[in-house]
Amino acid sequence: MIFDLVLAPTLVWLAWRLLATPDLFEAIVLFITFGLLLVLVWVRLSAPDIALAEAAIGAGLTGALLLDARARLESRDEASPAR
Amino acid sequence: MRRRLASTLSASLVLAAGLGLAHAVLSLPPAPTGLRVRVDAALAASGVDHPVTAVLLNFRAYDTLLEIAVLLLALAGTWSLHAEPPAGPESPVGPMQDQLVQALVPLMVLVAGYLLWAGSEAPGGAFQAGAVLGAAGVLLRLSLRPLPGWRRPARYRAIASLGLVVFLAVAATTLRASQLLTYRGDRAAALILLIEAAAAISIGAILAALFVRRPPDLCAEREPNS
Repeated sequence: MIFDLVLAPTLVWLAWRLLATPDLFEAIVLFITFGLLLVLVWVRLSAPDIALAEAAIGAGLTGALLLDARARLESRDEASPAR
Repeated sequence: MRRRLASTLSASLVLAAGLGLAHAVLSLPPAPTGLRVRVDAALAASGVDHPVTAVLLNFRAYDTLLEIAVLLLALAGTWSLHAEPPAGPESPVGPMQDQLVQALVPLMVLVAGYLLWAGSEAPGGAFQAGAVLGAAGVLLRLSLRPLPGWRRPARYRAIASLGLVVFLAVAATTLRASQLLTYRGDRAAALILLIEAAAAISIGAILAALFVRRPPDLCAEREPNS
């Protein structure tokens, strides 16, 4: 119970942090952390299958895709600096 | 002034939606009612021992069939975008990452196999196993190693569509025998394992290809050694 009371505000605070930060890399890392905490939420809700899928896809694959997108954004900004 | 008004308005809308959602969640009955009882009653005839797998692969197998089709559609959509090749040189892979990937990827394949097999009695199943396989594929690409089967694009397409094809074949046979996707008893266990195995391989291939973004034909054109 105490664990839930700690987990829920942490999630909200993490979401606020990752939306408010101007640095894309920090936002992506916070998003991956958010996904991992969400795995704990799924376990607390007695949904272990969803927790497994969330860990692999939400934290792993989406994190890799976002980092890849950020790298391509940066390389495109470097290639055409006239913005 | 207008921006402050707009941000206040959107903040209050989000707050109202959040409060409404909290009220909806808190007014749910505390104990699970209804469907859980019926699923447990029919579990013996479904061919597996885990209620989630039974629902996904037997009672609501049609939904899972459509989900696998949607994944394949997502891959087709991503491939038809003809994404640009990665700009600039790729950073060299350090020796530790190289060794780690050599050790990790076979282990991940083993874990995926276990998750697939354990799905009949415990949390696991096709999607979880496929997600781990997809993550293994991402790890391979991050270490600048080729994905298995990438050199022959036709073979990779076959692997990616294997899940849907097997599922459709099973659906066709059950359609001829009785209704669509109704199987019970001993045949159910074998059919579910067959569908899940094919689906896991396909989902892994699709997720890894979604990370690479460019279809294997285009990759082969630019870099012959992939």
